[in-house]
Amino acid sequence: METRTKNVSLEDLQEIVGEEYAREAAPEDAVDGVAPAFVVEPGSIEETSGLMRLATDKGLTVAPRGGGTKMGWGNPPRELDLILSTTRMNEVIEHVPGDQVVRAQAGLNLEALQERLGRSDQMLAIDPPEKGAGATVGGVVSANSSGPRRYRYGTVRDLIIGITVVLPDGTVAKAGGKVVKNVAGYDLGKLFTGSLGTLGVLATCNFRLHPRPEAARTVAVELNDTLAAGQAAQALMHSQVFASALELHWSEDARLLTVLIEGISKGVDAQVETASYLLKGFGEVRTLSDEEADHLGPLTPPGTGDEVAIKIAHPPAELTGVLDSALGAAERRGVIPRITGHAGAGVTYVALSGGDEEARAQVVEELREIWVRRGGSVVVRQAPVPVKKRLDAWGPTGDYLGLTRRVKEKFDPRGILNPGRFLGGI
Amino acid sequence: MERGQLIRAMESILGTEGVVHEREQLRSYECDGLMNYRVIPDLVVLPETAEHVQRIVRTCYEEGIPFVARGSGTGLSGGALPVESGVLIVLSRMRKILEVDIPNQRIVVEPGVINIWVSQEVAGEGYYYAPDPASQIVSSIGGNLAENSGGVHCLKYGFTTNHVMGAEVVLADGSIVHIGGGKAPDAPGYELLGALVGSEGTLGIATKITLRLLRKPEAVRTLLAAFEDTEAAGDAVSAIIGGGIVPAAIEMMDALCIEAVETAVHPGFPEAEAILIVELDGPEAEAEDQFQRTIEACEEANASEIRIAEDDAERALFWKGRKAAFAAMGRISNDYYVQDSVVPRTELGAVLKRINQLGEEYGMRVANVFHAGDGNLHPLVLYDNDNPGEAEKAEKLAGDIVLTCLEHGGSLTGEHGIGEDKKKYMPKMFTDDDMATMQLLRCAFDPHNLCNPGKIFPTPRLCGERPGPFRMHPVQKAGLAENF
Repeated sequence: METRTKNVSLEDLQEIVGEEYAREAAPEDAVDGVAPAFVVEPGSIEETSGLMRLATDKGLTVAPRGGGTKMGWGNPPRELDLILSTTRMNEVIEHVPGDQVVRAQAGLNLEALQERLGRSDQMLAIDPPEKGAGATVGGVVSANSSGPRRYRYGTVRDLIIGITVVLPDGTVAKAGGKVVKNVAGYDLGKLFTGSLGTLGVLATCNFRLHPRPEAARTVAVELNDTLAAGQAAQALMHSQVFASALELHWSEDARLLTVLIEGISKGVDAQVETASYLLKGFGEVRTLSDEEADHLGPLTPPGTGDEVAIKIAHPPAELTGVLDSALGAAERRGVIPRITGHAGAGVTYVALSGGDEEARAQVVEELREIWVRRGGSVVVRQAPVPVKKRLDAWGPTGDYLGLTRRVKEKFDPRGILNPGRFLGGI
Repeated sequence: MERGQLIRAMESILGTEGVVHEREQLRSYECDGLMNYRVIPDLVVLPETAEHVQRIVRTCYEEGIPFVARGSGTGLSGGALPVESGVLIVLSRMRKILEVDIPNQRIVVEPGVINIWVSQEVAGEGYYYAPDPASQIVSSIGGNLAENSGGVHCLKYGFTTNHVMGAEVVLADGSIVHIGGGKAPDAPGYELLGALVGSEGTLGIATKITLRLLRKPEAVRTLLAAFEDTEAAGDAVSAIIGGGIVPAAIEMMDALCIEAVETAVHPGFPEAEAILIVELDGPEAEAEDQFQRTIEACEEANASEIRIAEDDAERALFWKGRKAAFAAMGRISNDYYVQDSVVPRTELGAVLKRINQLGEEYGMRVANVFHAGDGNLHPLVLYDNDNPGEAEKAEKLAGDIVLTCLEHGGSLTGEHGIGEDKKKYMPKMFTDDDMATMQLLRCAFDPHNLCNPGKIFPTPRLCGERPGPFRMHPVQKAGLAENF
């Protein structure tokens, strides 16, 4: 490839990070079929800064990568020279249990962090489906990944309290701090959450922590139809049950709404009783064993292999409509949907298999037509490359696109970070 | 544009009753809740609709006139301090609740709506709005958004930023954008809403705000514990939080503060060196269990007295005493200077000790009232403006307190904002690169530095735009093209 020779050599990169930590890219380093020339693994912020300066000087395009579990998110990159892996920057910088705050390097494995925090009976309340697949702290922040417990604890934006980033020109900057309550300066931690590596490289992330609940139980109601799904979710949302998660599972095998209740055991028992009573009117209610609860999605990532997986974000009260529209659109085209979702939060994942690629793409387009108009969004989470080339991953954007572009231009004026992967061609 | 022309331009948008330009009337807008900074604006305008705001801002933009938005003017960092030769846009006439959507747990309001009205509006449905700054009976949602207001219950439920789900915003060029999902979560794109909330009015003016509503908890338990010294009270806080309990609130007041509050609102607080107010809420069994553990923690820390609120009326009395703390200072001191710094919770003891030392060194009284659960201190430095030099001395002492907090890993401000007041301390917390990077965001939103200029940052960054007052491109002015 031209980029291998036009601007930079492997030696240039090795000079910054050491011989061992820069290499030519392998086929599996490709992002949506776009092959990079090199992979570098800086061991410090200084090295990261040096690499970004070099990339800017030489006009190299860069994709930051943590555990690599979400490289298929967003659109295929327009071009890609360099993968910048953060995985060598994987230390817990500071954890004072009494402060319920942790500072971690971005390349730290999320599970390793949880294990460490667990020793103090604490946790970072982010539980994305890819947590067991090597996801890093920085990757989860960058992609704004979330899981069932967002119902109770919110998402990354609600838990991140400080960051250090390296900008494309090599500038190292921090925002926020290590106290939970802090309004000094702009909240760049939130801005970088979900920016998918298009504004800078995350180097460290600080989070507020929560106590790990002593006990947990899951109550499930078998759903007869989509109306029951919507009504059962509403009944729970407007009750005084303080659930950690309110999840939907809708496939050939199971049609369930599950309620995860966590806390002290006496409290959990009382709430399980209340939840069971509330849900009785919508179908058969049972308590799931831990095994059964673990086995159910969405702890398995929606969308595997050939599936086209989408994330529908919608007003939570419209759950029945979301299900009806997804089931209907799929059925009419001979496509098989597998649906999971964060029913209480208004997030529904639909993984489509069967039918041809054209049919699956049409389902996405139809759902986009409906749910964008109703104030939501339909984002393609995972799809084979040909489908991604046809469908924009993000769908239509609102009147904030111009502002979004200006933000990108200020942080990355040369457009070297992940070009093309974000919305609006950013 | 001359002042007379500007007045006429604004009157053509708002009518004569929507424009204040008489010098004497302008005086009532010269400061916000922080009264040691005063600037008389050129003009005050009182829009009633988002379209009004848009036309006002567009006029300012075309003429290169800076503007400042203001809600109820209760801010404590000078965030709504007018700029000279600028327009002050007062949003208090935009106070309609536009939509209540219980099924989606949302409410849509105009920026001038008063914080407490939101909870009042939905109380009948069993809902409430969580952020409850002490100023909640007067402060506006728009102002809360600008400052990312906290409150006594944010320890468990988060700050304004965790409860604003969407906003219609007039940007500095007069364009309108809708950011955040509103009723649907996870809008694609950058987290612009998270960047806007707490930006102290420097990124735009919110004209419509979607808030999250929470279901009222099943049970609420509140206690008040008295201690012989602040250290013991601090130990109780550590024991409670260290025991895995996240209370809805833990507030601490010291003897000086208790004295002031007693004089002002007579809540009947016990005489003590320190009192804690702790509130637990949630499902009945859980709240009750945690409440018992909280009582034990206070007993183990040698509380001299523990009072349990028997009903809502008694609970309200506890909170009345706490929320009146700032205002009550007037009863024991002519003037006071409020600080709002934050320290990691485990540093509280050491920092409080140092604050006492500093007070002694300066020979000044410092009252302490603070959100102990999240380490947010409000030391009140008491002084008398009539004594020459005391105000300066008080400010210097307050500055030393801030620096102490930074040395202990804290922050300049937990909820009041940087505004005009603390911008000189920003370089103590952030490097030049940090601040330059933050201002990239400013440049994206407001490249000509017209929107509440001069706040937060000690040195404004140039955005690489052409200097001088901005002139709209003729094609754009004629409505033939959008912004480019």
